[in-house]
Parts: sequence; C-alpha cells; structure tokens
Amino acid sequence: MTAVTDRPTVASGGAPLPVSLKQARLPRWAPPVIALVAAGAGCGIGLGAGLDSTIQWGLIAAALFVLGTYVLSAAVEGGRQAKDRLATSMVWTSFLLAVIPLASLLWETVARGIKVLNVYFLSHSMGTLPDALPGGGIYHAIIGTLEQVGLATLIAAPIGLLTAIYLVEYGRGRFAKTVTFFVDVMTGIPSIVAGLFILSVWILILGFGPSGFAGAMALAILMMPVVVRSTEEMLKLVPNELREASLALGVPKWRTILKVVLPTSLGGITTGVMLAIARITGETAPVLLLVWGAKTINNNPFDGAQQSLPLYVFQQWQIGTDAAYDRAWGAALVLIAFVMILNLVARGIARWKAPKTHR
Amino acid sequence: MNSPSSISETPPPPASPAGAAISGKAVRPGDRIFLGFSRGSGIALLVIMAAIAAFLTYRSVLAITGDKADFFTTFDWNATGTEPKFGIAVLAFGTVVSSVVAMVIAVPVAVGIALFISHYAPRKLASPLGYVIDLLAAVPSIVYGLWGALFLVPHLSGLYGWLDDYLGWTGIFSYGGGAARSLFTVGILLAIMILPIVTSVSREVFLQAPKMHEEAALALGATRWEVIRMSVLPFGRSGVISASMLGLGRALGETMAVATVLSPSFLISKSLLDPGGGTFAQNIASKFSEADQFGQDALIASGLVLFVITLLVNGGARLIIARRKEYSGAAA
Amino acid sequence: MAKRIDVSGLSAFYGSHKAIDDISMTIEPRSVTAFIGPSGCGKSTFLRTLNRMHEVTPGGRVEGKVMLDDENLYGSGVDPVAVRRTVGMVFQRPNPFPTMSIFDNVAAGLRLNGSYKKSELKEIVERSLKGANLWNEVKDRLNKPGSGLSGGQQQRLCIARAIAVEPQVLLMDEPCSALDPISTLAIEDLIGELKERFTIVIVTHNMQQAARVSDRTAFFNLAAVGKPGKLIEIDETERIFSNPSVQATEDYISGRFG
Repeated sequence: MTAVTDRPTVASGGAPLPVSLKQARLPRWAPPVIALVAAGAGCGIGLGAGLDSTIQWGLIAAALFVLGTYVLSAAVEGGRQAKDRLATSMVWTSFLLAVIPLASLLWETVARGIKVLNVYFLSHSMGTLPDALPGGGIYHAIIGTLEQVGLATLIAAPIGLLTAIYLVEYGRGRFAKTVTFFVDVMTGIPSIVAGLFILSVWILILGFGPSGFAGAMALAILMMPVVVRSTEEMLKLVPNELREASLALGVPKWRTILKVVLPTSLGGITTGVMLAIARITGETAPVLLLVWGAKTINNNPFDGAQQSLPLYVFQQWQIGTDAAYDRAWGAALVLIAFVMILNLVARGIARWKAPKTHR
Repeated sequence: MNSPSSISETPPPPASPAGAAISGKAVRPGDRIFLGFSRGSGIALLVIMAAIAAFLTYRSVLAITGDKADFFTTFDWNATGTEPKFGIAVLAFGTVVSSVVAMVIAVPVAVGIALFISHYAPRKLASPLGYVIDLLAAVPSIVYGLWGALFLVPHLSGLYGWLDDYLGWTGIFSYGGGAARSLFTVGILLAIMILPIVTSVSREVFLQAPKMHEEAALALGATRWEVIRMSVLPFGRSGVISASMLGLGRALGETMAVATVLSPSFLISKSLLDPGGGTFAQNIASKFSEADQFGQDALIASGLVLFVITLLVNGGARLIIARRKEYSGAAA
Repeated sequence: MAKRIDVSGLSAFYGSHKAIDDISMTIEPRSVTAFIGPSGCGKSTFLRTLNRMHEVTPGGRVEGKVMLDDENLYGSGVDPVAVRRTVGMVFQRPNPFPTMSIFDNVAAGLRLNGSYKKSELKEIVERSLKGANLWNEVKDRLNKPGSGLSGGQQQRLCIARAIAVEPQVLLMDEPCSALDPISTLAIEDLIGELKERFTIVIVTHNMQQAARVSDRTAFFNLAAVGKPGKLIEIDETERIFSNPSVQATEDYISGRFG
C-alpha cells in the first residue's frame, strides 16, 4: 500500500509540506507475532547457550521484542511511528516483567501454604514441639495478632478520628497546620523506629517486660496518621450544605458533627480504619522488638511475651528446616488471606456507602 | 481546606423581646467539651512525635558517649563488653545502595505499568488491574521476605553468573558464586515490594492529567507516545517524583524483607553481587535478640539515624507535592 | 491550502448508542461553515468525526465517508495521526500546554513533524502569532508560560498553534463559549481573516455569531432525547436566517425551542 497522492506543493518558506494521509503501517497482527517470535528465540537462546535461569530467558525475550518492534517499525513506518511503537512495547514489557514476580509471590504462598493449612494448624499452638518436626500450629499467633491489633486500634482509632475532626471541623491557624505537618511526618516513620521508641520508653526506662500491649502501642503509632488522613478525606467530602442545614435548625455544632457529619461519612471512615488495620496486621519489626514471640498460648496481652502471625513467619523461617518452612508458608497464607479480606471488605464498604454527592 | 467553621460562630444575640429564648451562653458546654477532646487528640499526636524524637535522642546520646570508636565511620558492630566499638558506616552504605538499586529498577517499571493502566491497557482490563495493584500494595513485607529468601534467591544465582561473565570486569558486578544473598538481591526484592505503591500513586496522577491537553496534542497530529510526552508526563512529573520518594521511604526503613534475604557482614564489598553488607533496619532486627541494655541503646542510636534520613526523604516528597498544588492552582 | 470536504452517509456511535445518523454535506473551501442546533443534537460529535477525534472517545465509532478533496479520511491505510495533522482543531476551552512557553506552544506541532532550524522555527512562530492577531501582545514574553495569558489570548494562542502546521481545514468547537464579549469579538474578526487561507468549520451555540461570521450554516436537530441527531438543512447563512426551507429551522432560529 503505497501512498501516492497528488498535492500542490506549498511555496511559503519553511512551511511544512503536507503529509500524505496514508502511511505505510505494520499490520495489526505484527506486534503479537513479534512477541511470539521473541519469546521463542529467548527460550531457544536460553536452551542453546545452556542458561539455567529462566529469568535470563525472559530478559532476552523482552529485549528481542522491544528491539525487533523498533527496527521493523522504523524500516516500514518511519521514525515517529517507530518511537511510538518503542514506547508501547516498553510499556507492555514493563507490565509483564512486573506481573511475573508478583504473580509468583502469590502463587508460591498459596501453593506451599495450602499443604499445611488445616483445622489442626489453625487450632493448635507450637507447644513443646521440637522445631525440626512437622506439626504444630498458629493458634497462639492468631490470638496474639488479634489482641495486639485490637488494642492498637482501640488506642489509635479514637485519637486519629478526633484529630481528623479537629482538623476538618475546627482547624484553622498555626496549630492545625502544625498538626497536619506532623501527621505527614508520622506517616513516614519506619515501623522499626516506632518499635525502638516504645522500647526506649516502656522497656528500657519504665522497666516493663515484653508484652502484647507494648507491641500494640508501637502499632498504634503507625496506625494513627493513616486513620487521620483517610478520615480527613472522608469528612471533607461531606457537603457544607448539610452542616449549614443542621446549624440553621439551631442544632449545636458538636451535635451537628455527631448526628449529621459523622453518620454521613461513616462508610468511608470505616473503610479507612479497616485499611489501617490491614496495614499494621502485617508489621513484624515492632513486634519482634516488643512482644518477642512465644511458642505457647498467652491470652493476656498485658503480661509476658506473645506470638503474632508475621513474627511467627519470621521465626519459622529462621529455624530453617523443611517442616518449619512449611509452617512459615502456611502462616503467610493465613496472613495474606486476612489482609486481603480486610482490604476487599473495606473497599466494598467504600463503594457501597460512597456519598452520592461525590461527583 | 475550606472548613465550614466560618458559619458556625454564634452571632451575638440581638436584643429582642424573645431574648430569653435566643440568648444562651455563646459557647455551649457540649461544644466546649467536644472541642476539648478533639483538640486534645491533636495535642496528643504532637506530644507523641516530640517524645519519639526526645527519647530516641536521649538513648542515642547514652550509646554514642559509651562508644569507644567513631560512631559514623567504624566498620564494626560490637556493642558489648567493656570496650564497645560500633559504627554505622557499613549500615549507611548498605541502606543507600540497596535503596538506590531498588529505585533504579522500580521507578521506570512502575511508570511503565502506570502508563499501561492509564493509557495503554484495554479499558475492560484497566480498572481491575488498578484494583489488583492496590491490593498487592497491602501484602505484608514479611511475605515478600519469605518469598525472597526461599524463591527469589535460588533463582538469581544463574543471572548473577551471567552478569559476572559480561560485566564482571567492572568490579561492581563480579560474582564469586554461592547463594545470592547480596545487597543487589535486596535491591531487587525491595523494588518488587515498592512497585505496587509507586505504580498506584503514579497511575492516579496520570489519570488526572487533563483530557483537554491530551486532545490538544492529538489534534496537532501527535502519536500516542507524543501525546503522553507532551501532556501526560509534564503534568505527572512531580507526582511521579513524590510517589518515588514514598517508595524510597519504604525501601529505606524496610526491615523483614532485608533481614530474611541478606547474609550480613560488616564489610563494604566492591561487588554488589557478593553477599555481605547490612542496612540499619536489618541490623537492628538481627542484633536485637543478643543485645544487652547498652547494645539496645546502640541499636536505638542507629535507628535515630534511619529516622532522620526517612524524615528528610519524606519532607522532600511533601515539599514537591505542596509545590505541585500551588502550580496546578495557578494553572487552573 | 484549503480543501473541500465531502461527507456522505456518516453516522457516529458511542458504544451502541447512535449519536448522529446518516449525514451528508459539502463544506466549501475558503469559507466559514457554521453548525447550529440545540444541545445534544450531535453537532460537536459531527465536527470531531472530521478529523477522526471522535474515535479517541472510549467506544467511539464511525460509519460512512468523509472525502477531503479526493481522499477518504476513513479509507483503509489512512493514518489518523496524519489526518489530524491536516485538519486542525480549536477547542471549547482554551488548552495551551501549561508546562510550555508561548513560543513552545506554537512550535509544538512543528516539532512533532520534523526538524527545523531555529531561525525557521522563529519565523513560523512569528507568522502564526501574527496570523492569530496575538503577536503584538506577546512578542516581549515569548518565553513565559502560555497559562499566564487571559482566556481570550489563550484561545488565540491555541489558534496560532493550530495554524502553525498549515492545516487544510480548521475545526472550531464553540471557540468563544468560555470567553467574554470583547475576546469573542477579537476571535470573530480573526475567523474572518483566516477564511482567506483555510476551510473553517465552527460549532456555535450563539446564533448571532453564526450569522456574523459564517458564509454557510448547517442546522442540526434531534427528534427526541436519546434519538440520534440529524442534519436538517444546510444553506447560505443569509437564507437560513431569513427564509429557511424547513419549518424546524425557522422555529429554532426564532427562538421557539432550543
């Protein structure tokens, strides 16, 4: 398909010559075919050269695909189209490159975790079981995680919620700006630093021992800014007309907030809190410093070492036997499932309860 | 922030016959209590932040004054006994190197995926993909650590041998064999970990790029890539930078994923692929169980350095976001 | 420079919804053709089919033929990018690239289409800005961002950007609806000058504007909400406003609906 169209040339100096409307194009099936060829060649080269890592095969294939598309397109379609194709193929390649490890992570966790996952695993602790032997369970870790996360939520949610209310409903001036700034700063605190802080105050200075509550305090520090941020967003979505309508009826401001503003944004706030819970559930570092981990059930979060799910995964990995690895994968699967379910439910609530005025 | 508070001031009660009904106290007790509670929470938050800085500094001073070697330049971590000698040189090096490797890998790929979702993927695929990426951002880091140690590490030694064959002459990529428990592996794992969050924020920014500027570019006869280069990337640049800084903040402070993958040592090796090195967070996690009280103070001191670094990185990100807000406000 | 547009049997869709139905018309070169009609009658959609911008909208699809002199815009092998390069467009809201200077905004299209010497580029930018009656107002601040201009100036900057690549046709989608009366007047004067060189098609809500600037006027209407828009008639502007041949046109023009 050649592009020959008669066209009067423009005489004006420097003006671009009109381009033909028709351009030689690669057929639509070209990119997938190039991709297939590149994948084949990648595997071929990998096999031929005896490269033992499939990662190399993939990288070779990706490079061949990007290069092949560019060269072909440059030859057939010209420079601009070739650049466009190059961008397209790079974008696709980066997507595929990223999908592979993330999919592998989920697949490995599910495939290896499912082996040990049964009712016994969920309902028993490690007890006195020697580390190298198969068996044992995560009941004590589940109890610990639930108690620590629950306590952290009890501390962080009210403070976070009230702070957000202050910032949105009352906040003006220097003090509110300072709080906003430090909420931002707090968002960036590494979890291990939060752990170190509680360690220095609670354990080193005040002389308490490790406990679920100590861990919960560190988790609460990590949770607060997240709750403030998300609650703030939700409160800002409540239309001002609602507040004015209530105030105009002579309802005092605090009752307006409690009876009108909060109920309107309840769905969104719940979502925010649940997402914050999901985030701290997976935190390992502060728990390692402050709760220490245990092999047996300790129902009292205020006294003595406890276990938690993420810490359990870490400690089983440290043991380093096959049976322990299996338990680590099993606990990781339970942990991921818990976090994912929290996320899905939270996002479901957000969608279901979204204020109708939003756009 | 447009707060509704301007309308809430109770106007001074007019002197009217029904004055008794209208005039009450200007501030009701309920309002005062509620305001007290919410302002108190704000104050509590500030107090916590101040306490974190104060107590970490206090314990760090105890540790550093007891240190018999230079805290910043020593290549060792021995915080017990009568002659404690420890320093953060190796940790600072390892933290920076692994985070830089992570950023170099993750940012371009994340921008690619974000563009894929916002401008390239078929529409039916785009929004579920965004959803899945958001979910992946919630996977706990210990799971990445477990996967990294038991799956990624065994698969990387082949790749490292290959890198050694072709790039070994640089010294940076020489590889002596053995398990791939090096800073470079840590970098790769951190890259995979921060991909979802960087992607998620960048995608959000790309989707906000004004349609009218994309149409302007299209109407000039721009190809898809040219449209992105002319109207999407300039708009999204600061957003991508701040997303990257958020990712960097996570990479710097990541503990478990590093502790599981790295085989630590207190040496700085010229090669990125050979095992060894350490990071602040990893060192705290692995040295903690055997540390006495002074040892814990020493770890707290290294934690304070990490805290300051992440504060600087996050502060930078906030500044960029704030500047961008002003900029878009001016352009509107 | 200017080309004739011949549309025959053109329908446009958003997904399964038909937005305009079976439109045929001829647009004369070196003249201004105005599209008028009530909201939702598909006049903007039709305009966007003339440079293949309609298919950019998710679900957008077109059937029929648009001949630009002797080439079908929707023929096989036609590159939409080349079409848009040949048929320029000015939008409802001024949309200069916010991160580019005034100079770079005008040069944006040229830089896409090839490499120019600096002196060439300067010359074309100056000529285009003069052509858009903007040169005198901005010549001292070519390196300032385009977003610093007033709304009317921004719109003329967008016109300069569009004519810098010397298109055959210039499409204008309600170019004055976001502007004040004085800026509107400036743009209308400009349209009068530009028609010496380009085929101009303008969508407008403002009937006085159509009467003032256009040589020919096309009236679009739709039978009911949700039904596709149709071309009712196209004729000399004078005739449309004085003695239209269809009753609906007269009703619309005299303000009985719309």
